Amino acid sequence: MAGSVSVTAGLHAPTSQGTMMETAMVEIEQLNLWYGLKQALTDVTMSMPKHRITAYIGPSGCGKSTLLRCLNRMNDLVDGIRMTGSIRIGGVDVYDPGQDVTELRKRVGMVFQKSNPFPKSIFENVAYGPRILGVTNRSDLEGIVERSLRAAALWDEVHDRLQESALGMSGGQQQRLCIARAIAVEPDVLLMDEPCSALDPIATAKIEELMLELKDSYTIVIVTHNMQQAARVSDYTGFMLLGELVEFGVTRELFTNPRNKKTEDYITGRFG
Amino acid sequence: MSVRHKSFWSTGEPFVWLTGGALTLALLLVVGLITLIVWNGMGFFWPRQVIRLTLADGSVMTGEIVDREPLPGKRNEYRIKLKVANRDLYGADFQWVDESRIVKRDRPADVAVIERTEWGLLIGSLKEVRDGDKAIAVGGASAWAEVQKRMDETERVRRQIRAIEKVEIGAINARQEALRLKLRGFELRGITSGPEIEATQKQLAPLREKYQALTARLAELRKGQSLTLVVTADGGKEKDIPLAQVLDVRFPNAMGFAAKCVFYLAHVWEFIAGEPREANTEGGVFPAIFGTILMVILMSIVVTPLGVLAAFYLREYARQGAFVSAVRIAVNNLAGVPSIVFGVFGLGFFIYGVGGAIDRLFFAEALPTPTFGTGGILWASLTLALLTVPVVIVATEEGLAAIPGGMREASLALSATKLETTLRVVLPAVMPSILTGLILAMARAAGEVAPLMITGVVKLAPSLPIDGQWPFFHLERKFMHLGFQIYDTGFQSPNVDAARPMVFATTLLLLAIVVFLNLFAIATRNRLRRKYATSAV
Repeated sequence: MAGSVSVTAGLHAPTSQGTMMETAMVEIEQLNLWYGLKQALTDVTMSMPKHRITAYIGPSGCGKSTLLRCLNRMNDLVDGIRMTGSIRIGGVDVYDPGQDVTELRKRVGMVFQKSNPFPKSIFENVAYGPRILGVTNRSDLEGIVERSLRAAALWDEVHDRLQESALGMSGGQQQRLCIARAIAVEPDVLLMDEPCSALDPIATAKIEELMLELKDSYTIVIVTHNMQQAARVSDYTGFMLLGELVEFGVTRELFTNPRNKKTEDYITGRFG
Repeated sequence: MSVRHKSFWSTGEPFVWLTGGALTLALLLVVGLITLIVWNGMGFFWPRQVIRLTLADGSVMTGEIVDREPLPGKRNEYRIKLKVANRDLYGADFQWVDESRIVKRDRPADVAVIERTEWGLLIGSLKEVRDGDKAIAVGGASAWAEVQKRMDETERVRRQIRAIEKVEIGAINARQEALRLKLRGFELRGITSGPEIEATQKQLAPLREKYQALTARLAELRKGQSLTLVVTADGGKEKDIPLAQVLDVRFPNAMGFAAKCVFYLAHVWEFIAGEPREANTEGGVFPAIFGTILMVILMSIVVTPLGVLAAFYLREYARQGAFVSAVRIAVNNLAGVPSIVFGVFGLGFFIYGVGGAIDRLFFAEALPTPTFGTGGILWASLTLALLTVPVVIVATEEGLAAIPGGMREASLALSATKLETTLRVVLPAVMPSILTGLILAMARAAGEVAPLMITGVVKLAPSLPIDGQWPFFHLERKFMHLGFQIYDTGFQSPNVDAARPMVFATTLLLLAIVVFLNLFAIATRNRLRRKYATSAV
């Protein structure tokens, strides 16, 4: 995708400051989504820069997770969804009829709210993605598994028990395993749907640290209802309310000097 | 109610007693039933002592005591049921004797019990061994020595004769039958002469020669077995039996404990591995064991893919709605259909329908004798597979529902297709449930008899469905089945008294086989559970 994007085109003026100088990885344009008759997303337009962490905050039910699931087409699994608008990742239209969904999901990985390791060994969990992609050589797989576990800051803890069941690990370790599993296929974008909501503060801190390290290699989009977390880790933050993107900007500016009254109310805790 | 009573009821303790009591009762019933079967079944083979009763009128009765009951109508008088055997001499091999008529009882050490290939047991004293008219060994002791000397030889010759009859002549017969069918095939196609016909007919001649050679050999072997054993029974009757018919001679009153144990084990082995004799009241039940196990295996091979694929479709691929719910209800109700109805369906659809079509297409030369158009182990297994498929479907569906959806999502998010997700993640995780379904299916199938009676089980099958003749698997053959044996031997037998102990032994064996099959499947399932334990299962 061309470097200097004329990002003003198509982006609402009040919500687009700060992304001008960056290369956009994910571009969403006028996205509307209905679950049956109920509209869940209204005219969402934004751009997420490459190699940055973009966070979404907002009260429950505002559509953050729905938006996230659009990006790797996990919403295809739900019946009765209708969408208009476009999403481009790395310049390619995600909903193009010629687009192979599995190929998309290789480029866009996802980590879920509740960690869901497979009932297999730790090694097999991380090697699952590469195996799907056709890697069968044992030493290749071992290399990939080690690299991913190191990147997920899990290698030191589990390197001597890779053949044990993944279900025997603690919650924080399991979530890091899911992150290792997701990055084993080397995606371009990593989507994280409230990854720390089920974890204790120490595990949360470890994962936040991990996200900052991963930023250099991946574009990360994180959904969270923990504002402090968004403030700590993200470079850009978007605030969503009732399916609309109310404000989007550089994190520091959004939290210290929000332009929209609703954003300010949410951040200061007047509702939500 | 007083305060104390009220607190007793409200603690829930009576309910604990009630449920515990019900469980105890159920366990007692099961344990009682199994003990009854084990006692009678395993006691069947233990060699009993032979009693000689001298009655008030001077007559003598020798035999084994099998029962004792009070005389009908009187309370303090009893009568004994005596197994006098010697069916060909006396007519009835079990006789009742009033205890009041008995003057003396003793256990003579020289009374012999002889097992024969025909007519059941023979109880009496050894008199002599003859060769035609010549007496070779006279007197009980020398006759016994002579018999012992000859037993191994006689057994060897008997085996040889059987081998020639069953294997070699059997092979010739099969070959002749195949050639006959070939000729008939030509006839059906309108060819009545020509090089093919001549070539086939030329093959018949060497077969006939071989047959005659074998028959001659058989006659020779049989001629060599000219020895006979003379036995004296009660009432002065004498019986002259060819040594070739004698399977075993024992003196039960003179047997020590060790000898009895050896005898017991030998007979248990014969029961399991031997062929039946005397209308299934003696000998072994090996063909029935073989038929039962083979049928359960065939049924499992058919029902597992069928049930698992159906469950996967219902749960994973079909859009959940009214139609799928209706299908699910129909499947569950199928489990409640009486098994005899499945038997009739199997007869109509598999045997007459599919089997008839196969016969017309591939075995037209054999018609009007049906090959697949009649009962056989294949159709019986398929019928039972239909009977048990709802069980497998329900168990697999339960397992699939228990797998958290997050696991499937995680796999899809890693760029797997739905098929890859199903094969690599879902299928291993649902294996324990599949095995549960298979266990239930096997247990149900091993016990069903009604549908089998019309789809291919017989009282006595001439050969096993798998043998040494090409093509080795003869799935169109009829077979024997342990459940049917129990019914037939126990209730359709001409000699119920002789058959009764056999029924217990067969029941015990069937129970043991079912328990063993289930234990094997349960062990496999436990191993898989440990390997694929999910947080939900």
